[in-house]
Amino acid sequence: MAMLSFERKYRVRGGTLLGGDLFDFWVGPFYVGFFGITTAFFSFLGTALIIYGAAIGPTWNIWQINIAPPDLSYGLALAPMKEGGLWQIITICATGAFVSWALREVEICRKLGIGYHVPFAFSFAILAYVSLVIVRPVLLGAWGHGFPYGILSHLDWVSNVGYQYLHFHYNPAHMIAITFFFTNALALALHGGLILSAANPGEGERMKTPEYEDTFFRDTIGYSIGTLGIHRLGVFLALSAVFWSAVCIVISGPFWSRGWPEWWGWWLNLPIWS
Amino acid sequence: MNIIIPAAVAITVLVSIPMMLQWERPPMDSKQQGYRGTGMVQIDNPRIKAKQAASIEIPEAYDPAEVEGTKASEVYENLKVLGDLDQAEFDRLMFAITDWVSPDEGCGYCHNEENLAEDSKYTKIVARRMLQMTKAINTNWSNHVAETGVTCYTCHRGKPVPQNVWALDPGSRQAGGMAASRAGQNLGAPAVGLTSLPYDPFAGNLDKKGLIRVTAPTALPNGHTPHIKDTEKTYALMMHLSTALGVNCTFCHNSRHFANWEQSSPARVTAYHGLAMVRDVNKTYMEPLVDVFPPERKGPQGDVLKVNCATCHEGQSKPLGGIQMLKDYLTELSAAKAD
Repeated sequence: MAMLSFERKYRVRGGTLLGGDLFDFWVGPFYVGFFGITTAFFSFLGTALIIYGAAIGPTWNIWQINIAPPDLSYGLALAPMKEGGLWQIITICATGAFVSWALREVEICRKLGIGYHVPFAFSFAILAYVSLVIVRPVLLGAWGHGFPYGILSHLDWVSNVGYQYLHFHYNPAHMIAITFFFTNALALALHGGLILSAANPGEGERMKTPEYEDTFFRDTIGYSIGTLGIHRLGVFLALSAVFWSAVCIVISGPFWSRGWPEWWGWWLNLPIWS
Repeated sequence: MNIIIPAAVAITVLVSIPMMLQWERPPMDSKQQGYRGTGMVQIDNPRIKAKQAASIEIPEAYDPAEVEGTKASEVYENLKVLGDLDQAEFDRLMFAITDWVSPDEGCGYCHNEENLAEDSKYTKIVARRMLQMTKAINTNWSNHVAETGVTCYTCHRGKPVPQNVWALDPGSRQAGGMAASRAGQNLGAPAVGLTSLPYDPFAGNLDKKGLIRVTAPTALPNGHTPHIKDTEKTYALMMHLSTALGVNCTFCHNSRHFANWEQSSPARVTAYHGLAMVRDVNKTYMEPLVDVFPPERKGPQGDVLKVNCATCHEGQSKPLGGIQMLKDYLTELSAAKAD
């Protein structure tokens, strides 16, 4: 890969969080760093354990491979390897790999002297995963509340956990999360379309400036959020979607044991109309 | 403008108070219903369940009757159901029924106290039929009520009319013509767990054999007739079951295939027989009594008050928390074969 003009200046020592100069080098285009090593360690170990789990399981069908968490009876203790212990170690590996990846991003940000926005955003994805397999199981008192690792099996889990609360669409945080997901898609579609319309002109035409982009939205809806603002909005919408998704699963069980439709009793019973 | 923002904040805070006060907290009880990792788990709040259990008062059973060999029919007149009991057993049962059904009103709720044998009160006619029903349930429906069985108290709980009954629901008054598009739903009705689903899931399902199984048996719906409205009604009925039993959907079903028996939990078999039992109770015992009941004891449409899952269960997966009241009244309320 060809080096960009600024890469010589950027590829210098320093800015690491841990390990000093020890792993402070690049392999081809990739920065390594201490957290690159831990990322690789956790990902390889975790993946190997998933393959081992598949090998001792009943199928090699990629859709049906399933590595399930322990029975609820094990509580928050360690389970035997073939009865959920594998799931527990894979969970540690996955969390380790994700956190390492975020910290590696932090180190690269420090070298470049840019903000931590990317690792900050990625940490929301980690938060969502950790909420599902660590926070909620701990709050409910058993690792068995985590979701199984398997393409179809985790979908079955999602379905059944939804039906644990009768009708998950009545979960207020789920409602907020869905709304953010949809709005996020709308904003990205509008933004992508707008940039292409101005910055990717037809043959023989000149590329248009941001003033054209602003004017388009001012003419259409009376307001343009602006070139920087749209990206702030994008980060806000995307992270809110993930944040409220994490909230919607953590409250299901630990903070509400009944059906979600029943939660809306407070609304139906407001003295305004009841 | 100065007043608008504080006012909006105040209203939001006020409205949010009942919303925030209802949240629950860990620790919760959880029970696994299927293979690990399938999410078939029942999560209960032990504090709510304890409160529910504490609210149940079981009347103390009377000491066993001292059987002397005199049949009740030899002593009393006009006995049509309990004549074969020993007189002591009969008397004991009458006292128990008073405790169970009309503790405040006493014997006079059903009997003319001048002449106990007389059938002048409608309540006595109903009570006689209900005794036949109780015996039939305990004798013929053991696949639902098992050894626990039922007594009058299972439903009545010290009230002449059980708390949870249903009648045909005309819905609330609303506009007619083009605006009348509610289509039997969207009321947030307690009968269906406050969902927007059809508010009367009982008519057509619990008074006769309805179309509950709406899932197509084939991948493509070739010749499969149930309409989306049928599906909504089934879900509404299931919401009632869940609410009535205080359990979630995975108590009986694996949601990857609701209709499939192999993947369901054993509780679904009990529930299946329960639905058949409720239908039998409504068809054989409740509906024929429609002319016996006075108008104030009927529904708004003039039909008889009928039984659903909540009538016995009252929010618990085992009515009365599984306490076996019947074992003290086996002779009186369980016949070899009921009529």
